Amino acid sequence: MFKLLKYALYDILKSRFAIIYTVFLALVAISIYQVSDDLSKVSLSLMNIMILFIPLISAVFATTHFYNNLEFIELMLAQPVKRIHVFLSQLLAVVIMLSLSILLGFGLPMMLWGADSSLLTLLVVGVVLSSVFAGFAFLASVLTRDKAKAIGISLALWIYFSLVYDGLVLYIIYSFADYPLEKATLALVMLNPVDLGRILMLMQLDISALMGYTGAFFQQFFSSGSGILIATFALVIWMLVPNYLATRVFRKRDF
Amino acid sequence: MISVHNLSKKFGKLQVLNEFNLEFELGNSYALMGPNGSGKTTLIKTILGMVIPDSGDITVGSQSIQGDVSYRKQIGYMPQIGHYPANIKIGQLFSMMKDMRPEIKNYDLELVEAFGLEEMKDKAMGTLSGGTRQKVSAALAFLFHPSILILDEPTAGLDPIAVELLKTKIKKERAQGKLILITSHILSDLEELTNRAIYIYEGEVFFSNTIEELKEITGESKFSPAIAKLMEWTLKKKSKKTILNHV
Repeated sequence: MFKLLKYALYDILKSRFAIIYTVFLALVAISIYQVSDDLSKVSLSLMNIMILFIPLISAVFATTHFYNNLEFIELMLAQPVKRIHVFLSQLLAVVIMLSLSILLGFGLPMMLWGADSSLLTLLVVGVVLSSVFAGFAFLASVLTRDKAKAIGISLALWIYFSLVYDGLVLYIIYSFADYPLEKATLALVMLNPVDLGRILMLMQLDISALMGYTGAFFQQFFSSGSGILIATFALVIWMLVPNYLATRVFRKRDF
Repeated sequence: MISVHNLSKKFGKLQVLNEFNLEFELGNSYALMGPNGSGKTTLIKTILGMVIPDSGDITVGSQSIQGDVSYRKQIGYMPQIGHYPANIKIGQLFSMMKDMRPEIKNYDLELVEAFGLEEMKDKAMGTLSGGTRQKVSAALAFLFHPSILILDEPTAGLDPIAVELLKTKIKKERAQGKLILITSHILSDLEELTNRAIYIYEGEVFFSNTIEELKEITGESKFSPAIAKLMEWTLKKKSKKTILNHV
């Protein structure tokens, strides 16, 4: 397992994509740090960019990586190694590469110009979102036999969680505006890893006051120990479920 | 050495292998033939564990291929087209394969030397030509002295010198009593390298016997017309199997 991971990592970390992605993230972070000195503004801008792009890039990259390595995965399956180890080594290599890019690309500017708790949350949320969407991408890849279809499914999931879902939530809130909706919205937030990451970030900033009564309720919930525990638990579930399902499908897949 | 029992596999609605039975024994060299889509590759991939059968079983040695993966240590496999991670160097690929079989210390470097791969060990796999990649695949298949060799279109894409080197190597291994399984559409290669012919048609074994027997049954003195005749028979009627038995 670790031997396989070692070589998978070696290949992926030397790829052009890993370098370009890290440099891109670093440039984004540096340019935002140059614009403002206020750390909370920096983290808000970084968050807006991150929450949109990191899931997208993770999903597309993980899918193409799986399909580009398909023949190699086949070759590995003909060797005396367990199927599940072949799969996990590929998956972990992708997650580790995406996480390292974020930690380096965002982390180095933070070390230079300072960071607060919201910026550290940002790093954690970035890593979590990368693994969630890499999981979705691997699931889409093992379920289909066609690269274009797999990328299509990954993109559809990204559009759903990043754009469509928010529209649905807004629609529900407007339709049921006469009822107390704090708990319902909280539950809806848990069902979307992107929103969950965003709210966790926002709660670190002072702007939750702008969000009215729901904001106050969220603030109270996410600052309590049990609230953070539940949110973390939900994120862990989001990380594990797609990856677990992908592993199960992979074990029965024909090559 | 390899026994296939009642193997069935469906891809969607397509029955690729239908109650398939075959025996492969050490010391023989098998030519696996059949039209495109007849189930050759599916059979090979099932033996290697890449395709999971719907029913039936395969044993390698005395070990069932389901569950334990250690049987694959006895198999050297050369894929039809070898794709490798672009950023890994030839030397690293070899050490990775060695890492997966830590208990084997004695390597067969004959092909590595013959193809001059040692001098290229610092080249990344992504920069290699298709033929050089095939050379790497071939060298990897023979590297661990496997008792079973499965070669999927081994000579496709190689230059004439490399083809001759590879053929000499295959003949040498065959003389040492190994089990060799070759698929190819180049009949002259098969005639040179194998002593038994297996013809698969629509997921069933249509013919499985020695090449001499094949020539006798078809009444042809040469290998390729004999195979052509076999193909004609498969196209005429599906009940030819019984007629063959009468012969």
